[in-house]
Amino acid sequence: MRYTNLLYLPPLNNDYMTVGLFIPCYIDQFYPNAAIATLNLLKKLGVDVVYPTRQTCCGQPMANSGFEHLTQGCNDLFIDNFSQFDYIVSPSGSCVLHIKDHLHAENNEEKATEVRKKVYELTEFLTDVLKVEQLTASFPHKVGVHQSCHGQRGLMLAQMTELVAAPYSKPMHLLNMVAGLEIVTLNRPDECCGFGGTFCVAEEAVSVKMGKDRVSDHLHNGAEFITAADMSCLMHMEGILRRQKSNVKVMHIAEILNAQEFN
Amino acid sequence: MNTGTKDHAQLSDAFNADEARVNWHDETLWFVRAKRDKAAHNIPEWEALRENASQIKDNVLSNLHDYLVAFEANAQANGIKVHWAANGAEHNQIVYSILQEQGVDRIVKSKSMLTEECHLNEYLEEKGIDVVDTDLGERIVQLAKEPPSHIVLPCIHKKKEEIGELFHEHLGTPEGMSDPVFLTAAARVHLREKFITRKAAITGVNFAVAETGEFVVCTNEGNADMGAHLADVHIACMGIEKIVPERSQLSVFLRLLARSATGQPITTYSSHFKKPRPGQAMHIILVDNGRTTQLGRPDFRNSLKCIRCGACMNTCPVYRRSGGHSYHTAIAGPIGSILAPNLDMKQYADLPFASTLCGSCTNVCPVKINIHEQLYKWRQVIVKEGYADPKKTVAMKAMDFTLSNPSVYKTAGKAGRFVLKHLPFVVSNKLNLWYKQRDMPQPPTQSFGEWYQQNELKNIKKHNNDQ
Repeated sequence: MRYTNLLYLPPLNNDYMTVGLFIPCYIDQFYPNAAIATLNLLKKLGVDVVYPTRQTCCGQPMANSGFEHLTQGCNDLFIDNFSQFDYIVSPSGSCVLHIKDHLHAENNEEKATEVRKKVYELTEFLTDVLKVEQLTASFPHKVGVHQSCHGQRGLMLAQMTELVAAPYSKPMHLLNMVAGLEIVTLNRPDECCGFGGTFCVAEEAVSVKMGKDRVSDHLHNGAEFITAADMSCLMHMEGILRRQKSNVKVMHIAEILNAQEFN
Repeated sequence: MNTGTKDHAQLSDAFNADEARVNWHDETLWFVRAKRDKAAHNIPEWEALRENASQIKDNVLSNLHDYLVAFEANAQANGIKVHWAANGAEHNQIVYSILQEQGVDRIVKSKSMLTEECHLNEYLEEKGIDVVDTDLGERIVQLAKEPPSHIVLPCIHKKKEEIGELFHEHLGTPEGMSDPVFLTAAARVHLREKFITRKAAITGVNFAVAETGEFVVCTNEGNADMGAHLADVHIACMGIEKIVPERSQLSVFLRLLARSATGQPITTYSSHFKKPRPGQAMHIILVDNGRTTQLGRPDFRNSLKCIRCGACMNTCPVYRRSGGHSYHTAIAGPIGSILAPNLDMKQYADLPFASTLCGSCTNVCPVKINIHEQLYKWRQVIVKEGYADPKKTVAMKAMDFTLSNPSVYKTAGKAGRFVLKHLPFVVSNKLNLWYKQRDMPQPPTQSFGEWYQQNELKNIKKHNNDQ
């Protein structure tokens, strides 16, 4: 199955590469636009992308709740769906980290290891594999970047403020290629938003307070949009923004990297 | 503190009733985290220092027996009396028997999280011994009849006005006086009398050196020194993991400890105690209290590397917004949440879940304990041992069934979106904890899977047919 869209940029050396698109369950159900943007962005960059339609969830909600032993069904399904691809790409740092850290096979651990090695978060794939240096996107807005913890501290998508080490950020590197976009500076550049999976209801009070504080940092620094490489953090912050009747919107980074919005 | 049967979520809920106070607590501790960052960034070799400390502790944990026995021999040769306690009860009995032997019924004690862990104060009070905590923060919480809420900053949850009230009541300072300089001076006068009149002093131990038999006590107030130097009997209480092999290795830990804790280059006093002065008796109690059990748990043993700097608490976004008492254990925060289940898995089953697993604790830890990974692992252990809420188990099994079956998942997703769109009151009500302070996501008409089926797959088929 070959389906390649070469309209915007010259093809990279991706001719023999087929990418399996892994769309986490809550993005599939609630944020299809983030998934569509991911698909279109990858196609725009000349990548052959396939979405295996029998996929569901990585199993993280159960594992993080202490029920990793119930995730074999999810693991088996994931391996069935994705082991044939050269790369697996997903617009969620958190779900990718879960696969990388916790995917195991009942019988064929070699196959699971292979899957764990070839799964990439979207901005990581664009930066490290495709080595994207330019994008044709335009998004003339002030954008606050939320550094989702699992992407940042787990997948090391960006340097962490706790460490004494040289700064870098894969998501910001890409956002800086978007015409008209201005990244706002936050007071706390990498504090957790408090979503935390089932934590968001199990520890409702602290979860909400963390979310309110994160949102207010973006608002005080003039963000019109809050973006992230993880839709789950954005879903949590969106819930708070909408309850506050704020005009500020959340938007997955794929939608911004794919945006064609002009003044 | 008796928190009854309330768990971390319930105690945090109560703490969050006063949002302005949560903001103040969060900002106060964030200020300490920022000071820590500044101090760490002033040391270019910071990460190498952390790695070095972590490796020294690896060596200690792998050879704990030998180092402890060497320490005992060297300390005894220096004239220190060494005691071994298997648990908190034994530790408390040893302290009491030393005091009884000396006929002492009033003592001073500098900060020691181990004695908090063993509930020494309560034990001694029952035996009729008067214990005065001499660390200012500890004295404040002692007067308030509360446990410390933080291992380095015991009264960080108290505002200066509240401390003024306490001092007015207990130390006779003027009503309404909350000037920190004035209150500190009042505490100094109050404590000076205790230092001069008490015949026995208890201190904690930050580090004990196997090769020399000495131990190091770090304070900013000099209260450990005041107590120990004026008393006829010095009792030092230490967890067995506090050992370091060589004196030269102290340089690594002393550089890390205060920078991680408060952003200072070093504690004001880092006092080495090697032998009793003439006429003084010096005791050291080596306490296990679950540490060897933890050492036997491969996934959790390196929690014993902890040097009690409190950096993981200051950086923890949950701790800053739930307060130390919400952890209902002597050592709060992320490190407490991986230590406490080892002591009592049932009582502390909630703590490993009191985290978003953001990983900031692991990054600030000066001895590189993988705290957030251990939180995840404790969750698995607690569920397997049967300490999870049965309702949660039912929900998780249902989730497993749905997510393991693509067609069930698709139907459930469709039904869920239908409910959100057409019957929002089913979920947008008080029973839904998400909805209490957050709006629900706006359901799209199509899932991505449905969109893909309708748009992409058709195009692909057409494309393939055309070729």
